Order: sequence, then structure tokens, then C-alpha cells
Amino acid sequence: MIMEKVITSAHGSGGLGTSSLIENIFAKYFNNEYLAQMEDATIVPGGRRLAVTTDSFVVEPYIFPGGDIGKLSVCGTVNDLLVRGAVPKYLTCGFILCNGLKTDDLEMIVKSMASAAEEAGVKIVAGDTKVVPGDGGLYINTTGVGVFEDEEFGADRVAEGDVIIVSGNLGDHHVAILKTRMGIENNVMSDVAVLKDMIENMRSEGVCIKAMRDITRGGLATILAELSKASECVIEIDEEAVPVSSEVAGFSDLLGLDPLYMGNEGKLVAVVAKEDAEKALECIKRSKYGENAAIIGKICERDDEKHGLYINTHIGGRVKKDVLVGEGLPRIC
Amino acid sequence: MCVAVPGKVLSVENGRASIDFSGNVVTARSGIIDIVPGDYVLVHAGLVIQKLKESDAEDMKKLFEMLGEDDE
Amino acid sequence: MNEYVKKASAFLRDYDGPKLSFMEICGSHTNALSKSGIRGMLSEKIRLIPGPGCPVCVTPTSFIDRLIRLLEGGEAVVTFGDLLRVPGSKGSLNDLKALGYDVRMVYSPADIVDMAMNEPDKSFVFAAVGFETTTPVYTLLLEELIACNVKNVRLLTALKTMPEVTEMICEGPTRPDGFLAPGHVCTVTGSDLFRPVAEKYGIPFAVGGFKPEELVMALYALVKKAGSGEVINCYRQAVTESGNKAAEAIVNKYFIKSDAYWRGIGMVKSSGLLLRKEYMSYDAGSDNLTEDNLNTGCCCGRVITGEITPDKCPLFGKACTPANPVGACMVSEEGSCRAYL
Repeated sequence: MIMEKVITSAHGSGGLGTSSLIENIFAKYFNNEYLAQMEDATIVPGGRRLAVTTDSFVVEPYIFPGGDIGKLSVCGTVNDLLVRGAVPKYLTCGFILCNGLKTDDLEMIVKSMASAAEEAGVKIVAGDTKVVPGDGGLYINTTGVGVFEDEEFGADRVAEGDVIIVSGNLGDHHVAILKTRMGIENNVMSDVAVLKDMIENMRSEGVCIKAMRDITRGGLATILAELSKASECVIEIDEEAVPVSSEVAGFSDLLGLDPLYMGNEGKLVAVVAKEDAEKALECIKRSKYGENAAIIGKICERDDEKHGLYINTHIGGRVKKDVLVGEGLPRIC
Repeated sequence: MCVAVPGKVLSVENGRASIDFSGNVVTARSGIIDIVPGDYVLVHAGLVIQKLKESDAEDMKKLFEMLGEDDE
Repeated sequence: MNEYVKKASAFLRDYDGPKLSFMEICGSHTNALSKSGIRGMLSEKIRLIPGPGCPVCVTPTSFIDRLIRLLEGGEAVVTFGDLLRVPGSKGSLNDLKALGYDVRMVYSPADIVDMAMNEPDKSFVFAAVGFETTTPVYTLLLEELIACNVKNVRLLTALKTMPEVTEMICEGPTRPDGFLAPGHVCTVTGSDLFRPVAEKYGIPFAVGGFKPEELVMALYALVKKAGSGEVINCYRQAVTESGNKAAEAIVNKYFIKSDAYWRGIGMVKSSGLLLRKEYMSYDAGSDNLTEDNLNTGCCCGRVITGEITPDKCPLFGKACTPANPVGACMVSEEGSCRAYL
């Protein structure tokens, strides 16, 4: 069957259209021994303890400067496994395709998923496709499974004196998505990336990692405010130490946004033991996604009432920050 | 009210100016101000509202001294 | 840090003279003072009051209600991000957007021209809120609509001017000891805008920039000049005494002074602008939007006039939170209550 140039309801029929889609696009790029079982469920080797996570991706536009929804759907899920301390092994993916989606775009997106999966060392072992009426867009859900080979990280391990490191400039993904909508031109690309090598570097050097999060929606401030709550520790960061590119800083000023609350797709924040801070920083910087990494603050005393995230501003102020409220809309006033 | 930030004029044509804010280029209306490329301007909601004068550390000094004179 | 800013910060921290309260009347100042931590760097003798400086916070519910009626009539409403969450008497524009109504957000009002030309069969309304800084933006939009012969765009205006409301506050029970004057309003109007009020009540107005350093200097100026009735320009890079005459002329061409309704405060004489009669075809019914169906208990008005601090409002932090704002002062990062949290 010759594939149509756009997705139609026939591709979701479960019949010939669907199998042609699987054969010509999904199986072609995701090819591996597990997926090749082509059964109702895939049987895979497991580990003693597993990590499982799922995420749905609905980004608009689906191809954006620096990436696309496919790469995003792999990186987002893989990073969630990685920062928990798991080694990502398997992904499943569910596609919701809208009528009218260009098959060339779908193919490009699937290729980009395959290459991100390869970089992350995960196999896409199961999948599903549905077609819905719509305007030519697509949504992807991915579920990831990872195994624990070492210890897991978590907020309960965080203690006074630990050091906080951010793996690079904040806000790039947010700006890459928003600039098109706001009609602003710049060279900012999404930072969407697999954070595998920087974490592997730290582990192989024996860095004592206490907790780790990937900094996605809600931004760094939201994540640290949540970490402060979970650990009941005061967290302090230094405004001037937080890495932000001059373009993103300029963009934020223009729209009244705050990079501390802007989304990223290839950044993590790590809490490490004080004596390992420099080593951890060096390990992150050795990754191609970590060149702008910086030590930005520390964990202070445990205090079940006064805990929270505090920013020391360059003018000498101290400001408590809470989680993001609303959507971080551009403001005029 | 009124987020307005300084940027550098790249070009002006027919009442529309291209303005650079640390690498972010925005098209703004220049209707109420005469500007030329190279000027530093304030832009609010897509309109150039003022041309900025150069400022330096001396300004803070002058202001501080002007305000301090009552103490003498 | 600049040594003079350091000296001024130390002065503000160690100040031990008579108690002073200063009002900010610019939302961006309110925001910058909170974000930089300057509020916490001042002597206990100095109190800052976030006044009616956020145009979104002073927009009455009837304005939002009118926009909602226009949406229900099939028109598209275009506006700035911060207006979307402001509650009307039944809901916000964001609520309507979620229901599928055509609400669009832009950075520049001029963007509506292209939208209207691309969709000639659709009627567009720009929700035009703002103070003196933003009004010229709307006049340029009108020029463009007229020049391009675009007929499917109208403005619903809630435009306000600052001097009258500062005078009203000075006449009230809690006259502050000075005002931090809005830097970008003064960029357009000139710092002389506030001279009559300063002189009449014998209190200083310091025009401030927006960097933390500039704000410290402006607060320093207010303490130093307390009791003087002077206007001190601490934002010389952008502000002159007389302002931009071209802007004044074009605003006068399209708009005429009117009374205006301030959310929570009420009618303030001559504190607004409406489109002139000859341009009424561009107006979407802006006159007489004076109904203000505020939630019982909401104290926004008393907060932004400095009569009470936000924590004295019975709804503050309980029924009214940033995630679920009851009063407009909790909506924007520039709102008085939001900044106080």
C-alpha cells in the first residue's frame, strides 16, 4: 500500500492502514529484538527493583528550534528515570495522531525518537497508535522502565551543608517555544537532551549524590521549593550564581518572566555532599550538555516551620520563593 | 504598570524599528520618537517610548551628593 | 556594587528618625522591590505601601464582564497576559478561553492588525487597559487601523491617569510621606506630571528606575527629602521634566479626559480617558463600566490606598490566594497582595 501524505482515520483503523504505518515508520526506526516480538505484550528481561514513570507530551509547535515532540518524549521520560538513580532500559510509546498530520513530519519525529533512545541506551519495546479528528497535530505518551544497579536518590537523604549544582543555563526550552508565539526572533534553541552521561560521570567518580531532579515545567524555583518542603530544610541560593544566557535574560526582561520559573528539558539540579561538590561540578561540565553548570547554593538547617527556598539577591536582599503559580504568562505591567 | 526595557535600534523604516534586546530582535513602532540605528531606546508593548541618555557611575554620585547636601 | 548605592542601602537600613511610609504606584516597582528583596532591607521605621499601580488590579469587574459578553457574541478578545486571570463577577477570560472562546494573548497591541486582516470576517476587540505609558500604544494602533482601513477591530478601554488618584489618596485618611513615582509613566509624561500634587501636599515624589540600584537611590531620595514637596528625578536616563510632546499630542487627538472607575476604590474624577466622539466606531462600549461586583470581604480598595496592609483583609491567604485570586491584587505578580505574600 502506498502511504498517504497525511494521516487519516484509516491509519487508526487497526487494519491495513495501521499495519502500514507500523511497518513503514514505527518498526522501521524503533527496530529491536523485543519490539520484533510484535505480540500483544512484550516480554523483557527485568531487574530486582524497577523504576517506572510515564509522561504525556503535547507541545505546540511540535517541531521547535532545537528539537521536536519525539525527542522530547524520550528525553523527558528517560531523564525522570535517570535522576531517580535508575538505569533506563525500556520505553513504551502511545501516539495520538490527528487527522491531517503530515507523514513526513511523523517520520522525522519517529526518527528523532529513535536517535534519542539510542543515546539514552533504551529500547522502545511496545507502542500504540490512535487517530482522532483534529488539525494535523500529534501527542505522544511514553512510559519508561529502569532498573536500579546502585542506590536510589531522594529528598530524605538531603542534609545541612550539602551543595546544590545546576547543570546549565536556565530557560532555554521555554524561550524556544514561546518566541515563535510572541513574534520575537533570537538564536535560542531548546535544551532538550538526555542527561545520561553527566550522571554516569558522577557515579563512576563516586560522587555522593543525595537528591536529583530534572528541571522541567515550573522551573528551578518550583523544584527547590518542593525539595525544601520534602526535606524540611532551608535552601539558600545565590541569585548571581544561577546560570542564564544573556539572550534568555533579555527575553525574560522583555516579557516580564523569571528564568527561575521557566521550563527546561535538558537540565538537572543535583544535591551532593559538600566534599564532593567540585568533583561533581567537573563531572557535569565534562558532558556536552553541562558546560555551563554551576554551584548555586546550599542546604541549610532543618527547620520544620521555617523551611523554604531563599534567594540572596545581588543588592543584598533575601527573598523567599514559592512554587510557580499559574502558567507564567507574559505580562505588560 | 509598564514593563519597558532598554534595547538597541538596528534599523528603522516606515515607522517600524528593529530593536535588539541582548540578542532578541523585536519589531516595534517608532511613531512618537525620532530614532536612528545605534540609539538605545525603551520599548513598551511594542512601542518605542523614549531614547535613553547615556548613564554612568557619575550619575549615582551626582544624585547622592545632591541629596546629601542637607546634612552639611 | 556602586559605592553610593552601598551608602544609600546602609542609610536606609540604619535609619532611626520619625516613622515614614512611602507608596509605590507602579506595578513594576512593586514587583522589583519584592523580587530584589529591598522591602526586607529597610529600617523598621520605613514602610512601603504598594498602591494602585497595576492597571489590571484597578480594572472593575464590569470591564471583564463586558469582555465576556463580547466573547459570547462571537467576537475575539485580544489582550496582555496579565489580564487573563482577573476575575469578573462570574469568571475570568482564562475561564472563557478554557471553554473554547476566542481569547488571544499578545505582546504588542499592533499584532491585532495582522490578525484582523488575515481574518476579515471575524470581529476583534482589544482589551485596552493601562496608564499614561500604554495609552500612546493604543493611539498608534488606531492610526494603523485607520491607515489600513481595518474595520473589524474595536477597543474596550479602561485607561487611567495617575495624578488624580494620588491626589485622592492624599485627601484620604492615610496620606503617605512620599510617593515612589512611576518611571515609565514619567518617561512619557515627564516628571512635572506630579509637581502640582507634590507641592499641594508638601510631600516628595521620587521618580525611580527599575533596577534594584535605582530603586534604592529613589527611596534614599524620599527619606532625604521627606516633608519637602519636591519632585526628584532619579531616573534621568529616561525621564525629562516635560516628557514627550508628540505622545501628548497624539493621545489628545484620540482621547478625551473622563471620570474613571477604579476597582475597589470607586469613581475618581477626571482620572481616565475615553475615545473621542469622532472615533466612537472603534469603541466596544467602554463608557459607564462602573459596576464592581467584588466578593464580599474583598478589601483590595483599602489595601491599594494604604488604609490597611493586605494581611488585615479577611480573605488574604485563605479564600484569596495566587492560585485562586478573589481580588485583582492577588492576580498579577505586581498586585499589592501578591507582593505582600
